[in-house]
Amino acid sequence: MKDRPQVQDFDWPLLAIVGVICLIGVLEIYSSTHASAMVGMQWKQLMWIGIGILGMFLISRIDYHTLLDHAPVLYLVGIVGLLGVLVIGYSRLGAKRWISVGGQTLQVSELMKLIIIIVLARYFTEVRTDRLTLRDLAKVAALTLVPVALILKQPDLGTAMVLVPVVLVGAFFAGIEWKHAAVGLLLIALLVPLAWNMRHHLKPYQQQRIETFLHPEQDQRGAGYQILQSEIAVGSGGFWGKGFGKGSQNQLGFVPVRYSDFILAALAEEQGFIGVCVVLLLYLGLILRLVDNAQKAKDRAGMYVVMGVTAILGFHVLVNASMVIGYMPVTGIPLPLMSYGGSATAFVFLALGLVMNVRMRRFVN
Amino acid sequence: MAPWNVTDQKIPQGRLALFSYVSAALVIILLVGFWKLQVVQSEHYADLAEKNGIRPIAIIAPRGAMLDRYGRVLVDSYPSFSILLMRDNPKLLEKSLPQIEDGLGIAPEDLHQQLEAAKFEPKFLPLVVKPAATEADIEFVESHRADLPILELEMVQRRRYPLGEMLANTIGYVGEVSPQDLEKNPEKYKPGDIVGKAGLEKEYNDQIVGTDGMKRVVVNSVGRVIRTLDNIDAIPGKPIQLTIDEDLQRIAETDFANKQGALVAMDARTGEVLAMVSRPTFEPNDFAVRIPQQEWASLNRDPNTPLLNRAIQAQLAPGSVFKVVMATAMLESKALPPTYTVYCPGSAVFYGRVFHCDHAHGEVNLHKGIVASCDVFFYNVGKQLGIDRISYYAKGLGLGRRTGVDLPGEETGLVPSEEWVERVYHHKWYPGSTISVSIGQGAVMATPIQLARMIAAVADGGTLIPPHLLKDATNPNFEHFPLSDDTVEQVTDGMWGVVNEPDGTTSGLVKLQNVDFSGKTGTAQTESFDLQHKLGQHLKENGWFVGYAPRRSPEIVVAALVQSGGWGSTSAAPIVRDVVKAYYDKKGGHLQPPSTAQNIPPASAPPQIISTGDESQ
Repeated sequence: MKDRPQVQDFDWPLLAIVGVICLIGVLEIYSSTHASAMVGMQWKQLMWIGIGILGMFLISRIDYHTLLDHAPVLYLVGIVGLLGVLVIGYSRLGAKRWISVGGQTLQVSELMKLIIIIVLARYFTEVRTDRLTLRDLAKVAALTLVPVALILKQPDLGTAMVLVPVVLVGAFFAGIEWKHAAVGLLLIALLVPLAWNMRHHLKPYQQQRIETFLHPEQDQRGAGYQILQSEIAVGSGGFWGKGFGKGSQNQLGFVPVRYSDFILAALAEEQGFIGVCVVLLLYLGLILRLVDNAQKAKDRAGMYVVMGVTAILGFHVLVNASMVIGYMPVTGIPLPLMSYGGSATAFVFLALGLVMNVRMRRFVN
Repeated sequence: MAPWNVTDQKIPQGRLALFSYVSAALVIILLVGFWKLQVVQSEHYADLAEKNGIRPIAIIAPRGAMLDRYGRVLVDSYPSFSILLMRDNPKLLEKSLPQIEDGLGIAPEDLHQQLEAAKFEPKFLPLVVKPAATEADIEFVESHRADLPILELEMVQRRRYPLGEMLANTIGYVGEVSPQDLEKNPEKYKPGDIVGKAGLEKEYNDQIVGTDGMKRVVVNSVGRVIRTLDNIDAIPGKPIQLTIDEDLQRIAETDFANKQGALVAMDARTGEVLAMVSRPTFEPNDFAVRIPQQEWASLNRDPNTPLLNRAIQAQLAPGSVFKVVMATAMLESKALPPTYTVYCPGSAVFYGRVFHCDHAHGEVNLHKGIVASCDVFFYNVGKQLGIDRISYYAKGLGLGRRTGVDLPGEETGLVPSEEWVERVYHHKWYPGSTISVSIGQGAVMATPIQLARMIAAVADGGTLIPPHLLKDATNPNFEHFPLSDDTVEQVTDGMWGVVNEPDGTTSGLVKLQNVDFSGKTGTAQTESFDLQHKLGQHLKENGWFVGYAPRRSPEIVVAALVQSGGWGSTSAAPIVRDVVKAYYDKKGGHLQPPSTAQNIPPASAPPQIISTGDESQ
């Protein structure tokens, strides 16, 4: 037993996997942008990774129990922040997602992901049961729906959706009863057609995204064009890929936001099925390693924190990869650690900081 | 230890393990998805990717020029620009319309109408808003590349006809390849190809058409050209040299101003067509850009059929020109003695019907019959010969069948026979019909080019020349219908008399000094005597003259038809004389033979080729 948590207790194999994923991401960002007006983007991404690593160390210093102690305060801060976005935030591309903090734009919804992990970990620990009652489930649903609704209002369907798996995974480990789970799944199955009929209440761009997802070939110049071009990029990459910097779909800009949300399409084109295998297996390795950390956590609170992080990262990978090959609509969910993006990258490192936090303290009393 | 955190609960290891298995399963499902795209359907997508970025742009090859026999340009091609309007951005299109209308000087109604018409066509197909851009138009497009990216320039090759309406029916015109031709020849043509539609443009299309080149460019996702991959130059079409003599053509055209009819002038030894006129005609330069729908419709509806090449397509009663066939038949068949004479009182009755003559000619023999064109003499000859004998000689001399001139759409004319009337009308030949045919009326029909060839053949002892317009005719097919020297002597003697004897039908009006000019007039009714009687008016007859020189073994033969011109001697004969005179003046050095240098002033200077946007962004 040690008295103090040590940096040596960080999960270095996990961080090695993260490092390789980041490196592949930076290289692919370079390949996608070096011949365009956005040249030099990889340096910015590296800067964000650096900031993220710093954040990871910082967040690992604060005992996660302390964080969980302050969960209600953090929750309130998050809600106020989201309201702030709606009131004083500014718009880009028709969505109000950013507020300005000290000259830097900040996506509060990214922060909300971290907060919801902490809040739900606290909640499920406090329930202290292996059989969640309906009442418990109703409470956790209410807790989640407030930020989800606020994020949907921005509107940002993608990030709003990301909060849901944290609840589902948390409930799963907190001992949701199989009959409740079955009813829940049934409800979702019923809600989807209902939501489909309510689709006219969606924003036009969301309607279009769904429409396009269902019939990508009908609107070749519009949003369906994005999915089609992504599929062409992936498919034309073949088994071995076209080579670094040689993907025509990528280099000629046919792949939409090829350095960000569609970076996996760019990689699939240039590195082929082999490259995709490497990347997806790295992500699987990352997830399995995270689960291992959860298994070795000192207490349930730690496990909930780690699995909350795992749920979000896993969901990102699943939805992003599915979108790239046309299995899911375009929702604007980036591929963690590879897609270009400051807030998103910083979030992942902060989340990993929470994991390190739990790991470091597994032997500490 | 925080009060909410009690460590008495175990970590749910089983559920965590299940989570791992589910994660691995999902990754495998994703990999299967990628496998499907990247391995199973890889070729399909590779193909799509290839088509995506690389766009082929055709480089249109110019059609070959047409030169006259001295190398002067009759038709050529020049590069020009079309302005295309992209329609795939409706918002920008709507917003930019007023600026485009203003900048290019297009009437708003016209543009709206064009857009409306193209409404249901695929959006990626651009609209040709200005088929022939001026330099100012090009400058407008170039200077507004940034704010009007929906305008594009496309280089095209256009036909130019420096002679305008002259020779138009013979040269023909070009147009977009028809859907039918596309279907028949999918390897040869592609949509939008310009092909010859009529005349020599059609006949020699395969010779003058070039081979289009191809430029493959790489475009980015918004269609802007980033770089050129490769460039296969267009091979311009080869020029063809025609037998036409622009000088003779000009003289003939001038004589035909405000007249309807046709003229064919040929070298009587080779069949080379020296001049060919058809009136009324059209302006071929109108077809070279884009002929307005209205103009095309009116050309087609015009009762005067300006698109018809009368020299080879007008099938009309040859009138008295046919008497040359009759005279030849009479002498060659020996059915009548050469000394055969008839008394002409001004009319004659055959089979109970009165047939008229222009004058009371009195005692008429063959020579006088030709010179004075006595109908009564030839009525009798015809009656004696019978329709089948007439038919035999008419066909032998090239009537009733195509001359084989190298132009599309030549008509056959018609030489009636007993067999023909039974086949077509299912009744026996009325002997009375033979009487009309004897003077080139009734069922007999001929084209100007057939008559020119027929006269040349008679004057040359039965050699039928192959009329052609291509200087290097590959296979000139001379036909022989041998005539005895006596026959040729007697008939040409008569035709010399027509021009040169005082009682000839031309009354000596078209005599030429030092030239043995001969020929035969014709004045043909355009409808039956009965019809004229019924209409109560006398429509003017078609005037014919087929002249040649010299009297035997002619060098030049010219057939002229002046529709509704009245007497052939006054309407058609002077035109023929002018052309024959010009031919001899040139030969004798009176008319300066042109140098081979091109003397055509450049029509509106072709615009300079402008960069097609090879630089990116």
